[in-house]
This record gives sequence, C-alpha cells and structure tokens, in this order.
Amino acid sequence: MMMENFYIALEIMGKGMLGIFAALGIIMLSVMAMSKIFKK
Amino acid sequence: MEFLYEGILSVTWQQLLMYGIGILLIWLAIKKEYEPSLLLPMGFGAILVNLPASGVLNQVLAGVGETSGIIEWLFNVGIEAAEAFPLLLFIGIGAMIDFGPLLSQPVMFLFGAAAQFGIFFAICAATLLGFDLKDAASIGIIGAADGPTSILVSQILRSNYIGAIAVAAYSYMALVPIVQPFAIRLVTTKKERKIRMTYKPGNVSKTLRIAFPIVVTIIVGMVAPMSVALVGFLMFGNLLRECGVLGNLSDTAQTSLANLITLLLGITISFSMRADAFVQIDTLMIMIIGLLAFVFDTIGGVLFAKFINLFRKEKLNPMIGGAGISAFPMSARVVQKMAQEEEPGNIILMHAVGANVSGQIASVVAGGLVISLVTRFL
Repeated sequence: MMMENFYIALEIMGKGMLGIFAALGIIMLSVMAMSKIFKK
Repeated sequence: MEFLYEGILSVTWQQLLMYGIGILLIWLAIKKEYEPSLLLPMGFGAILVNLPASGVLNQVLAGVGETSGIIEWLFNVGIEAAEAFPLLLFIGIGAMIDFGPLLSQPVMFLFGAAAQFGIFFAICAATLLGFDLKDAASIGIIGAADGPTSILVSQILRSNYIGAIAVAAYSYMALVPIVQPFAIRLVTTKKERKIRMTYKPGNVSKTLRIAFPIVVTIIVGMVAPMSVALVGFLMFGNLLRECGVLGNLSDTAQTSLANLITLLLGITISFSMRADAFVQIDTLMIMIIGLLAFVFDTIGGVLFAKFINLFRKEKLNPMIGGAGISAFPMSARVVQKMAQEEEPGNIILMHAVGANVSGQIASVVAGGLVISLVTRFL
C-alpha cells in the first residue's frame, strides 16, 4: 500500500508541476500580451 | 469538595505537554517575534483547549446534555463548514500585495512555479513514511509556505493532522531566514551568489494592474478549478487595491479585516491542537517533512534559475529562484541580504520581490491542483 501510494505521489508530482508551469506560463504570456496592448 | 480538585487530578501528561507547547509558541511569538499574530493566539488556544473538560469545547453535562464551546463552534463555522477564515484572509492578503515588480518582469512567474517543488517532494516523502494519500498531500502543502492555503487544503482533504500542519506551516514561515540560506548555499557556489543583475522595470499601466486579477482568476479557474476560491479571493482583494475607487474597502481589507481574521484564525486552529490529536509521533514526522518541503522548495527554485542560465547570455543570480516561495516579503529580503553579504552593493531585491509575489499565486494554484489530483485517487 505504501509503495502504491508513493507511485501515485510521483504521478501527482509530475502532473502537479506540469499544471503549475502551464498555469503560470499562460498567465506570463497573457501579462506580456496585455503589457503590449495596454501600453498605449 | 471533590469538584474543586477533580480537574487537577484528571490532567494527563499529554495535556501537560500541550501547555508546554502552548507556552513555547507564545515565547517564540513574543521573544523571537516569529509570526506573532498567529503563533501567540495558537499558543494560548493550545492551553485553552487542553484544560480538562474545557468550556471552550463542546461538553456533555450530567442532567443538561451537550453544551457548545466557543472554539469548537468557531472551528465548525469558520473553518470546517466552508473554510471561511482562511479564504477571507486571502482578501486582505490580495489587497496588501503590489504585483507591480512581477508585472514589469513577467518571466518571474516561472520562478514561483518552480519553487513549489517542495510540496510534491514532501508528498512523496510522506507516503514513504506511511501516511495515506490525503494526509500526505495535506502535509506536503506545508511547502506552499502559505498558512491559509495549508489550512484550507488539509481541511478540504479532511486530514487528521490539521493542527500539526498549521503549526509547521507558520513556524517554518517564521524560520525562512534560517532555512533558506542553508538550502541556497547547498546548491549554489559563491561565484553564482555574487552575480549582479540589472533591473530595468517595464512600464506597468493602471489598466494592466486592473486587468491582471481578473485575467488570473479566469485562467487559474480554467486550469485548476479547485483553486478558484483561493485565487478568486486573493485576486478580489487585489482588485479592490488596484481599481482606484475603493480605497476605503482596500484599506479595511488590508488592516481591519486581515487583523480580525488573523486573530480568530489562530485561536480557532488551536481546536485541532487537542492533546489526543496532537501528541503523536506523527506530529514530529510532520514537522520534519514540513522542513524538507521548505528546503526543496528553495532548491527547486534555485536549480530552475540555474537551468534558465544555461540559455541566457546575461546570467541570473540563481538565488532569486529561491525567493519563489510564498513567504512574502521575508523570502525576498533573505535573498537580498545574502546577495549583499556575498557582494556588497549587489541589489537583486526587485527581482526577488517579483519571484516572491509570483510564489503567492503559484502556491494557491498548487493548492488547487493538489486537491484536484489527490481526490482523483481517493
């Protein structure tokens, strides 16, 4: 059971870090785009 | 006369230990000024809830039936029912944060993401130590370096260790000036810590500042719907600050609301510091895993900055990666202090602040993702 949970935790680690980078990456790109749009 | 001393006779050694822990927390709050606004109420509350047949908890009285205790009621209403206290605190936090340094250098968003690594490392470590998945995830979220998020996630996942998790989260946040320099030195050379960075702030328009909280809420809501309550209240507070027409509400959120909720949150959390729930070997393990989470958050952020440096001509000081945790503004200050010690006159504060406020957003996203991912496996 312990090892099973550990493998699930590894999967959560992979998906979680991917999700955080995806969310923050999209926000970063949106901010860059908005900076250009709202500069004027 | 038995009624006068039956309370004294019924005290257990575990309750005595909790009085000691309560006094220690109060001492840390007053003498060391470690997160006093949280640790002092928690310390005093730890004593209150561990007095025998304490009236702050629900009790059953002979001939009367059940009576309600104020701390248990506060916990049920303010935390258990809808996580109201941690969420309301986020309005105040959002109103306090100036995202300007982050908006002027958007690349800093990535450091906030990288510095959440400790959360997932700690979840893995906790499963290896035998905690079940929901408790492991709740323990891991200590690495969010964000007290309200830790409380909220552990409460939603119905963890048995919410008290220990809250104590660990707030204690380590207070210990950032000790934990982070140690972790940063582990993975950086003196030469790297001396790197100077130029700060070229971009122009941040008022429209961008107003649009930012709205856009972030929508994006995070789409990617991690369970984060909506957290990020939504954080961004609502920030919108109050930036809109320019609700100065009074913004001031109230930053001061009165934040103070009132902080005061109640600390003493309410003490409900989960009852001796029977807190005095366990698991609590010690949670404190150790929590420390690991902070260390690996920092290492994750620093190593990510070193990775980015592989592709850049103008190198980043990798220490700014360590500032990507949510402990704001302490982490940015720690990094600046280290840079100053290594190379007098080296100013990397604004970069570190950018990474640090990014950590605020990343930590709530991480909280939502952890809930969302873990519940799929339960």
